[in-house]
Amino acid sequence: MTDVSYDRTLADGVKPPEKHEEAPPAAPLTAADGTPLKKKLAITMRRARMRAFLLTAPLLVFLMVFFVVPIGQMLFLSVHNPTFADAMPRTTEALAEWDGSEIPGEDIFALLVEDMREARADRTIGRVATRMNYEVPGTRSLFTSTGRKAARLEPPFKEALIDADEDWGSLEVWAAMKRVSSTMTGSFYLAALDRQVNVDGEIVMQDENRQIYVPLFWRTFWMSALITVLCMLLAYPVAYLLSTLPLKYSNLLMILVLLPFWTSLLVRTTSWIAMLQTQGVINDLMVFFRIIGDDNRIQMMFNQTGTIIAMTHILLPFMILPLYSVMKTIPPSYMRAARSLGATPLTAFIRVYFPQTLPGIAAGTLLVFILAVGYYITPALVGGQSGQLISNLIAFHMQRSLNWSLAAALGGLLLAAILILYWLYNKLVGIEKLKFG
Amino acid sequence: MALPPYASPLERTWYYTFRVICAAIFLFLIAPILIIIPLSFNAEPYFTFTEGMLAFDPEAYSLRWYQDILRNGMVAPDAPFSWAWLTDMWNHAQWIRSARNSFFIAICATILATILGTLAALGLSRPEMPYRSLITGLLISPMIVPLVITATGMFFFYSDVGIAKSYFGIIAAHTALGIPFVIITVTATLVGFDTSLIRASASLGARPHTTFFKVIMPLILPGMISGALFAFITSLDEVVVVLFLADVEQRTIPRQMWAGIREQISPTILAVATILVAISILLLPTVELLRRRSERLRGIRAS
Repeated sequence: MTDVSYDRTLADGVKPPEKHEEAPPAAPLTAADGTPLKKKLAITMRRARMRAFLLTAPLLVFLMVFFVVPIGQMLFLSVHNPTFADAMPRTTEALAEWDGSEIPGEDIFALLVEDMREARADRTIGRVATRMNYEVPGTRSLFTSTGRKAARLEPPFKEALIDADEDWGSLEVWAAMKRVSSTMTGSFYLAALDRQVNVDGEIVMQDENRQIYVPLFWRTFWMSALITVLCMLLAYPVAYLLSTLPLKYSNLLMILVLLPFWTSLLVRTTSWIAMLQTQGVINDLMVFFRIIGDDNRIQMMFNQTGTIIAMTHILLPFMILPLYSVMKTIPPSYMRAARSLGATPLTAFIRVYFPQTLPGIAAGTLLVFILAVGYYITPALVGGQSGQLISNLIAFHMQRSLNWSLAAALGGLLLAAILILYWLYNKLVGIEKLKFG
Repeated sequence: MALPPYASPLERTWYYTFRVICAAIFLFLIAPILIIIPLSFNAEPYFTFTEGMLAFDPEAYSLRWYQDILRNGMVAPDAPFSWAWLTDMWNHAQWIRSARNSFFIAICATILATILGTLAALGLSRPEMPYRSLITGLLISPMIVPLVITATGMFFFYSDVGIAKSYFGIIAAHTALGIPFVIITVTATLVGFDTSLIRASASLGARPHTTFFKVIMPLILPGMISGALFAFITSLDEVVVVLFLADVEQRTIPRQMWAGIREQISPTILAVATILVAISILLLPTVELLRRRSERLRGIRAS
């Protein structure tokens, strides 16, 4: 106890903060221009950080404008859809007040008819009908046909409308209209997850046979997982061979890995079409060698098999290269030491070699999986109906069905999955470890 | 790794089995790429070997699909060979026009990506770079984000600002896609870069830009070139963004191939594919030589 207090007094005596201020400034180290060295260092460091940052600034600005903002806008579109509010402004305003407990009164019906007349004149009623149809399937005609009649309708509009189509008397339709009338909506995310809002306002799954997207997400994930595993199984022996061969042979064999890596994706997909067709090279060979008869050629393309084979081939180099770069650093003497200590080759491999390759496996697996989940071109060309992945459906909604908000919502979900995997990759492997060749 | 003399018969068997397995995997890797080369000389409009081809009958081989690359879309393909025929081909043949578009877009995108990417890589490899991992992650992300998502986002935004369906829009998009490759390769050459060289150069009176062009650039040039080649190939091969953003005016080779595979499949596509394979066969040794040169320059011995 005394020791401690003695120490403290000693320490205080030597360097008391109060005393320091009273004493004349004990000339701190200064730079040539008289600023204290510590301050000068901080300034220099800040300047150096600034300079480093400024070097990346042009690229950051470029990517922000041409890459990040566009994706941000897509995400915004997935929750923002003003179609209804733009085309039917009066109804939208009135519906905001409506409490949704019973069918609205004559005043709202009158506004609805007025909006419909105008929307029909502006030719926007079709878009409103489509938007409603996304929310409640089968309501398209409700708007299009009533829209045609709207000009001739006489008050009282409530009776007239319900007379024209009895669905106007359905609370479900009105509840859906209230939901659709708000410009910010989560309904496309619900649709992308095969969910919908029922009459009571609860979120429920679609019927089993109307679910599209959740099964497709599952298919995308299991097919990507299968492709990743296949790549792993094929890449491991090749990477091992490359890492143990003398350099002059391994460099030559490396060309066989890098050439596919460098070859155009479309070229590789085309060549798989030539290989896998029913009249293609593989089937011809099998017929030639009498493995199968000419009349029962195997259908290997335009189905899942085609997608899996072609994508495994295309993504294989992305697995071989990280595995190889890890295996190259494992000294062969470890295996010899294990053998000399009495391990069988199999034990030595499992207990000594394999654990050391785990970083490479993690890097390759994550990379291949990330790339596979977002694949579009190959499934579109060789996948047929059953080999499509989620990206293909996004493209379908962008180009064919023109349900852009749903495409954006599906894209948002896929992007979230990819970013989680990317974060994981960065944590486990480190993005700076990524290398080619 | 040679077989040790004490190997048991089982190990011997495994050793050779392993080699056979590896050979099969190499075959799987390379066969699809090589198979299209003979197929592109098919005299018949099939995607497979005809009996004549298997019998090496010269009649069964022809260059008609290569001629088709030049002729398809020409006003007067059968006119005698002359200057007029050449200009007709240059201006009207579909594949030639797509090739011109492809190379124009790829070259512009490569130059932009290389300049921006190299600058950023220089910043990223400085030890005092703030938020390094976050920024690196962001700059690499165009390679990770699925192309369909990138293309969707670009479609909305570029349409709003009026650069969709223009060369500028596609070049900007391809630049974004090529940047990660430049960053990765240039950063790799900057690993182990001796920063005292910069201080030495400064102490000898060189200004920053002299230091850059005389000291830094010669050392990172191999990385810059291979990054540029990667960016070039990426742009030359890119089809999804082009599908979403380009008009007929900006059709590129991959876009034309895409249409060819989906709509009117013909061996012309195989002929184009063969030419593209030839390009990558030419590029591959270039990149490999550059990589070795870079390692030699930086004093890293091949292990």
